[in-house]
Amino acid sequence: MDDKIDNVLDEVARGISRRSFIKGVICGGAAVSSAGYLFRASSLFGQPGGTGDRLITINVNGQQRRVDVMKQETLAWTLRYKLGLTGTKLGCDRAECGACTVLIDDVPHYSCSVLTHTVRSKKVLTIEGLASADGTLHPVQQGVIDEQGFQCAFCMSGFIMSAVGFLKTNPNPTRAELAHGISGNLCRCQDYDKILTAMMRGAENLRKGNFHA
Amino acid sequence: MPSEWKPNQQKFGAQYKVLGRDYTTPDLYAKVTGKSKYAEDFRAEGMLFCKLLLSPVPHGRVKRLDLSKALAMPGVKAILTQDDLPAPADSVTDLGVTIKANKQGEKALTMEPLYQGEPILAVAAVDELTAAEAVEKIDIEFEHLPFALDPLDSLRPDGPNPRVEGNVWIKDPPPAAKPGEKPPSPPPPHVGELKWTHDDFAEMRDGRLPMGKPQDEWSFGDVEEGFKAAALVLDETFATPDTSHETLEPRTALAYWQNGKVFVHMGTQSTVQTLASLGRWLNMDPNQIVLISEYTGGGFGSKATGYVFAIIPALLSKKAGAPVMMRISREEELFIGRARPGFQGRMKVGFGKDGRITAVDMYAICNNGPYDAVGDTSASGMIVSLLYQPQAMRWRGVTVLTNTPPRGAQSAPGGMQGIIMMEPVLAKAARQLSLDQVDIRRINCPEGKAPWGPVRDGKRAHSTSAFLKEAFDRGAEQFQWKERIARPKRSGSKVRGVGVSTSGFFAGSTGYDGLFIIRPDGRISIQSGIGNLGTESISDVHRVVAEVLGVPWEKCDVTWGNTSKNLPWTCVSGGSQTTHAMTRAAHAAATDGKKKLQEIAAKTYGGTPEQYEVGNERVYRKSGGKGMTLAQAAQHAIQLGGIYDGHEAPEDVNKYTKASIAALAGQGLIAAAKDKYSHDGQTFSYVASFAEVEVDLETGKYYITDFLAVADVGTVIHPKALGGQVLGRSTLGIGHAIGQKWVFDPQYGHMMSRRFYYTKPPSILDTPVNMQWAALDIPDPETPVGARGIGEPPVGGGCGAILNALSDALGDEIYRRAPVNLDTILTSLEAGRPMQDPLTAFI
Repeated sequence: MDDKIDNVLDEVARGISRRSFIKGVICGGAAVSSAGYLFRASSLFGQPGGTGDRLITINVNGQQRRVDVMKQETLAWTLRYKLGLTGTKLGCDRAECGACTVLIDDVPHYSCSVLTHTVRSKKVLTIEGLASADGTLHPVQQGVIDEQGFQCAFCMSGFIMSAVGFLKTNPNPTRAELAHGISGNLCRCQDYDKILTAMMRGAENLRKGNFHA
Repeated sequence: MPSEWKPNQQKFGAQYKVLGRDYTTPDLYAKVTGKSKYAEDFRAEGMLFCKLLLSPVPHGRVKRLDLSKALAMPGVKAILTQDDLPAPADSVTDLGVTIKANKQGEKALTMEPLYQGEPILAVAAVDELTAAEAVEKIDIEFEHLPFALDPLDSLRPDGPNPRVEGNVWIKDPPPAAKPGEKPPSPPPPHVGELKWTHDDFAEMRDGRLPMGKPQDEWSFGDVEEGFKAAALVLDETFATPDTSHETLEPRTALAYWQNGKVFVHMGTQSTVQTLASLGRWLNMDPNQIVLISEYTGGGFGSKATGYVFAIIPALLSKKAGAPVMMRISREEELFIGRARPGFQGRMKVGFGKDGRITAVDMYAICNNGPYDAVGDTSASGMIVSLLYQPQAMRWRGVTVLTNTPPRGAQSAPGGMQGIIMMEPVLAKAARQLSLDQVDIRRINCPEGKAPWGPVRDGKRAHSTSAFLKEAFDRGAEQFQWKERIARPKRSGSKVRGVGVSTSGFFAGSTGYDGLFIIRPDGRISIQSGIGNLGTESISDVHRVVAEVLGVPWEKCDVTWGNTSKNLPWTCVSGGSQTTHAMTRAAHAAATDGKKKLQEIAAKTYGGTPEQYEVGNERVYRKSGGKGMTLAQAAQHAIQLGGIYDGHEAPEDVNKYTKASIAALAGQGLIAAAKDKYSHDGQTFSYVASFAEVEVDLETGKYYITDFLAVADVGTVIHPKALGGQVLGRSTLGIGHAIGQKWVFDPQYGHMMSRRFYYTKPPSILDTPVNMQWAALDIPDPETPVGARGIGEPPVGGGCGAILNALSDALGDEIYRRAPVNLDTILTSLEAGRPMQDPLTAFI
């Protein structure tokens, strides 16, 4: 029954573009010059949900999760503030930095610029879902451990998710190819050389196949 | 000539068991699995959210404010204005010197904004949409006041003042000391006016920086004689960019009150040292503040001891009676998140025929923003005097206030600007004197105990050591410098250029405390007061403890990032101090631990402490026979009490460390000591930087094809972390060469470069696939482990090497300012002269 409703809502949600979403926010009177991050409190905070909330089911890290979602809510908000998956970071909230990158049906996306309603029939994978249930790290995560990749690591989950997505299409890249594959992510510690080395090690780990993937 | 990428294959730590080796840092697993919690990742029961109302004007005064409509909204819990702020407290330094709070200094909220984007007030509500709607419902009107963006505008005889009181900080001399008493603290600086004359500005017509009355000046040697003796004198005007720190984590903070204490979660570079700042801004006893900052998403100087805005959620939380989260957006971060001040500078340099610098006359105008003066202006001259060893030098500077976002220290503050003012001059001189670019830097570079700065009390200060010549030699070989410069430059529409730069900065302080416990289970609990901003010094420096005690690192646990966890007095995690300062403190504590182990063994088995050795997790008689495990020794320490288990603390450690020792007492053998090692000279680290670029003459687009940085940083402690810093900080400098800058609308004083898009830091595609680093690994003789800091030293060279590679490719008549963008190149090539003038800020 719920799935049926979800499917209907999904059809509606497909019609919501980033453009109409932004227009909606502006009409709602909430767009002040610097208000980069805005969200309504969810029922998790003991507050009544705002107008437009819908209880939907999304598949995150292999689990069906029920969650109240506003129509203008981005996937990054839902993950961080409703599902407690704070490994996905918000660095800019405008598709500039890539810190919020997650996989949607195996393809890297900036979750700050994806509406949660559009992912109901899709599989979302975040950094928290990358290691196996027994704690074995994903080969790319292991690559970071092997090479002491990253400094402050605020960008790390975005980079790892981008690399994991890219390696699905090109499992044996050159350094230059992999650099292009993860070039949608910014590292402000500018640790690019070490990051690339760690990601290359991850690719090598993946090819060796000693890990689940 | 892009060469094949190779990882650093140097072997370090031959004389050590733990140091000089790679290992997995204790924070990495949490980071890689997304479990590490940064400030914004925490939740508190009943948490409210806060939004800021930011000034729309660059300089103004609130003349009408009506909060009633906002306060009447359901869900709005409290509004904070400047009236709710406590008066900032005076502070007392470690040496007992009182620093008076400055009433004209920066506040968390203000009714007289001095830059567009300055926070005016803050609303706490049940959620962010409500808070943002409430901000919109606030009835507020500003009186517009004159504003100044460009220091030179403000210095003109009739130029606008950025503040009602003037355009510079004035330092009055301290009142005379009464006989037999300590000299009184100097009064805080106050804002006053500095104007130059019309005559001073006459030089501007010729494209040269006017040099009116400076605020500060110093000199050494005979500058005039130096110029007379020179075979070549160059006199160049150059502008450096204003660049935001743009930490990837905005300065979000969460605060709540429990049992009279305030708990603050924030990203900050320093842990222990941030507490005092919060105490000063909140006018509270730091003992009543708990800071939680286990993970910080980048600092680069902008979060050195926190930031004043963190008190907004703390005070709102008190007012609303609930936890408050203040999330900072990217645009807000660009306004309040600090930036490196841009310089308009002039560098007159005399060279002998051999390229030796005979004299330097340097003038720096620093664009400071409206608040507390940065140290960049003064540091620029100090670093130039060190890195280029002129035989005579005069430095003059002014730090001018403007209605632009406040500046702060950014990696190699001032030193970086000084280096990139000097480097293009040096490159030009080498071409005119037909000298090799590496040779001219080698002949001028510091060596050993090298003098720097002005003459004070009859002599100049000196460095602890410098092995920069060796760095140039190693770099020239590894970069295949001779082969590269011998190759033809032009290939179709592409032209190549190679550049080399000197780089370096201050790299270490002294006098802090180390603290750890040997527990009765044999494990070592190391207390780290260092902030975790990603450099890995939180654990790297403590490997010295494992090294000295002969304990495997796997037996050591590091506690960090929470001031309720009894941490020792620690340096600011900034200014490249930590590796130097805290390896010293760790060495002092480890030596104390070793001594206590020997004493416990002697008390137990007889003989003198010197007859016992510590190693292999044991303390044992050197001649064989009796001995005990560290676990057993810890149990003995608890039985002995006193200094052995922390019931007594060493006299000379900081009171902050004493409190931590008292709280930890009885848990095992407590090792604690202050770094009192002798130290002759000021600690600096040095880098020789090399780059090759390829420029497309038809499009102006250029790529960096190769980059190498060779670091003289003393003993290598953690190779992979060091390599990340050497290349990462080089790339921060590269950003200044290839694109980052601020742009303002001069009509309205609005900042246009308000997002990553408009002042974009280098991406992975802007850096060469072939970036390499190396380290000399020569110990500094003035510190027990031989290690110096590395955060700042590579930055200037990252920018300088790219600028010099560009002039090698394109000639000297392309740029008079950084960054050099493709339009700089195209317009200047077409005109045959530099088309972007260095005398206007923010173009």
